[in-house]
Amino acid sequence: MSAPVLEISNLSVAIHGGGDRAHAVQGIDLVVGANEIVCVVGESGSGKSVTAQAVMGLLPKGSLAVKSGSIRLNGEELTQKSEAELRAIRGRQMAMVFQEPMTALNPVERVGKQIAEILEIHTTLDARGRRERVLEIMRAVHLPDPAQMIDAYPHQLSGGQRQRIMIAAALVLDPALLIADEPTTALDVTTQAQILSLIREMQARKKTGVLFITHDFGVVSEIADRVVVMQFGRVVEQGPREDVLRRPREPYTRMLMAAVPSMIPPQRLPATGAVTLQTQNLHKTYGKRSFWQKRARVVNAVNDVTLEVRRGETLGIVGESGSGKSTVARCIARLVDPTSGQIAIEGRDIAALSESQMRPLRRGVQMVFQDPYRSLNPRRTVGEAIIEGPMNFGVSRDAALKRARQLMSTVHLSPDALDRYPHQFSGGQRQRICIARALAMEPYLLIGDEPVSALDVSVQAQVLKLLDEVRRQFDLALLFITHDLRVAAQVCDRLAVMQKGVIVEQGATADVFANPKHPYTRALFEAAPGRHQEFGRGD
Amino acid sequence: MAELTTIEPAVPVTASRPTASARALRNPGVIAGGLVILLVVLIGLLAPFLGTIDPTAINPAARNRVPGMAISMRTDTGERIKMVARFGTDSLGRDIYSRVVYGARVSLLIGIAVAVISIAAGLFIGLLAGFFRWLDAVLMRIMDGLMAIPAILLAIAMVSLFRAGVGAVIAAIAVPEIPRVVRLVRSIVLGVREEPYVEAAVTLGTPTAKLLWRHVLPNTIAPLIVQGTFTCASAILVEAILSFLGIGVPPDVPTWGNIMAEGRQVFSLYPHNIIYPGIMLAATILAVNVLGDGLRDTLDPKMAKRV
Repeated sequence: MSAPVLEISNLSVAIHGGGDRAHAVQGIDLVVGANEIVCVVGESGSGKSVTAQAVMGLLPKGSLAVKSGSIRLNGEELTQKSEAELRAIRGRQMAMVFQEPMTALNPVERVGKQIAEILEIHTTLDARGRRERVLEIMRAVHLPDPAQMIDAYPHQLSGGQRQRIMIAAALVLDPALLIADEPTTALDVTTQAQILSLIREMQARKKTGVLFITHDFGVVSEIADRVVVMQFGRVVEQGPREDVLRRPREPYTRMLMAAVPSMIPPQRLPATGAVTLQTQNLHKTYGKRSFWQKRARVVNAVNDVTLEVRRGETLGIVGESGSGKSTVARCIARLVDPTSGQIAIEGRDIAALSESQMRPLRRGVQMVFQDPYRSLNPRRTVGEAIIEGPMNFGVSRDAALKRARQLMSTVHLSPDALDRYPHQFSGGQRQRICIARALAMEPYLLIGDEPVSALDVSVQAQVLKLLDEVRRQFDLALLFITHDLRVAAQVCDRLAVMQKGVIVEQGATADVFANPKHPYTRALFEAAPGRHQEFGRGD
Repeated sequence: MAELTTIEPAVPVTASRPTASARALRNPGVIAGGLVILLVVLIGLLAPFLGTIDPTAINPAARNRVPGMAISMRTDTGERIKMVARFGTDSLGRDIYSRVVYGARVSLLIGIAVAVISIAAGLFIGLLAGFFRWLDAVLMRIMDGLMAIPAILLAIAMVSLFRAGVGAVIAAIAVPEIPRVVRLVRSIVLGVREEPYVEAAVTLGTPTAKLLWRHVLPNTIAPLIVQGTFTCASAILVEAILSFLGIGVPPDVPTWGNIMAEGRQVFSLYPHNIIYPGIMLAATILAVNVLGDGLRDTLDPKMAKRV
């Protein structure tokens, strides 16, 4: 290996007034060589982002501080540097790309100017020279028509283009070290694939060392030279990519990878239960002519969607952001009013019912939402959340509480926890509570709107297993919205692929994966990170 | 998928932070402001037992006495007593100490009543405007109209329509405050109604009234408490201004504004007429504002981080 660009040894970061842990990061050793991409993987709370912040000198003041150990960049010790010295190093010798390109860019300044600002601070180039240099780096990151885009504002660009701008800004001074903190997590899978290959290309161009932080083993298998696995602020295992991915030594690494769902869907028997949900020609359009604007923009969020789900069957809707998959779910749950079309639940059309006509029928369709931190009222106990629905339908408080205790056992939580508040539970536990809340209504149809997307991979596996259990136990029809093809492969009996409000392909999961017919479906599969890799299953 | 039940304990781990109210009681602003307000409240409540006499009793023989001079006053029962005018007397010979102590009652009453009325009305209207989109435009235009009325003009109008009194002053100050509260509540409700827990309650078939009461209302309260303290402080101040201008509470009722209004003509000769009620007014308003700041820091962490 070449001389290290970044050398972290025995680094500990202390948490001031911290809750359950005294250290965010404890005694970690980590090396990034020139022309090398090191991936740090771990679940939330593993200390991977804190490590990146410590290197950049961006630890939040007052709550986190480097306690001991050293961080050397090209042999130069960083932990003792003053704020002014660090400022001179940041941008010139090391740079960072963040997860959310929209918030990392200033919305009221032209993107070209934001890149030029770095040159203005660190170089003696004049305005013309800066513009030349900005155009050059924008060409290097393959932005279309740089001469035009240099004067664009961030909101005029797509998410992928914004992330390219961020990468251009980070690399404009050819720093020795690039730190990328989950740079593709907020992006769609097809965009993610392009950004990953761009980071690879840019890294090879100037032999930059890259510290790449991610939670996604698919991404790791695409981009890493070496892998560092972290848990609870410590390094669990590190080594070359092939070693760690194919022959993990530590039980924690093995467990993490075993939790990554396989891209190969198992063979499933077609469901034969009664049809629970049937939509026909469902449309939802947003924006109509208003009093002031005679010709407002009309968006077809859902366009002519026809699908059906049977008892005991899981239908997955996959697609990228803006494909309308969540809107379909929200129309079926009647949280938004469909513009036209039919939604038959157990044979009864509910598409055009008013809110008061709908209320007695709400029992049959329940939903589990994406964000477990926002789907429970923070000011009401878990027990109150679970019994609310049944009590709305005339069940007595005692009977509802008795049922709630049973349901807590069903979702593998202690029944004694009913009088606790949501903030006392972890994300995965809250999602279990949401499932219990939905089951208390004894629905025919359960809708999961990205129910595991906000969860760590090990917790995700547990919640998926639970969903499968309750589907069998209660003979539910399950409508599962997800952007994650791996999850879809394991959970769904049938799959509907959506693009721009239209279902472009529908069929048995195994068939769609084995033989995708629509070009968009093929593009989605093509872009899935680590699609050729089966994790934790040996060679 | 592998068995993974060991990673996440089935029994939740309690890692609870101190509750918001516990944190508030540890904030220095809340403690200091709260203690001063408590003191003013006690002064108002215990006014008859603090060595005061009837604050409206006039003694033409003891006009414009400076603080510390001995005067003789007639008590409620008619007997004459000798006493020391701690804060002096005004141009009608009334004991300013007694008037200031009794004035705490009126000032606090007006401050708290205005805060409670404007918050209650604003909360109700704001909930409706934020939750029912079809009501929104209508209600908000009415609120815009109310907001355009200056408190002082409204007070003059109300006093000329009805009898001048504490009730009219409270109404005159509270009405223009309501739109401010409505705007605040509406903006919070617009955010809360999109929260998944509210949508979940809709799918559980929760009736709209219960939905508002259980899920929306409790999550709008914290910023409102903060707004209430600021409303209270500004109401006390506006009352003083109205009384000073002679369009507020009738002049025989002791309020801090009235005392200062009457002391105005002789201010250069006898500054005690204005200094003592002024100190009480300033201290009370400062305390309420400090309390409000402290509550905002503890109840609204987003705000605290920004400061």
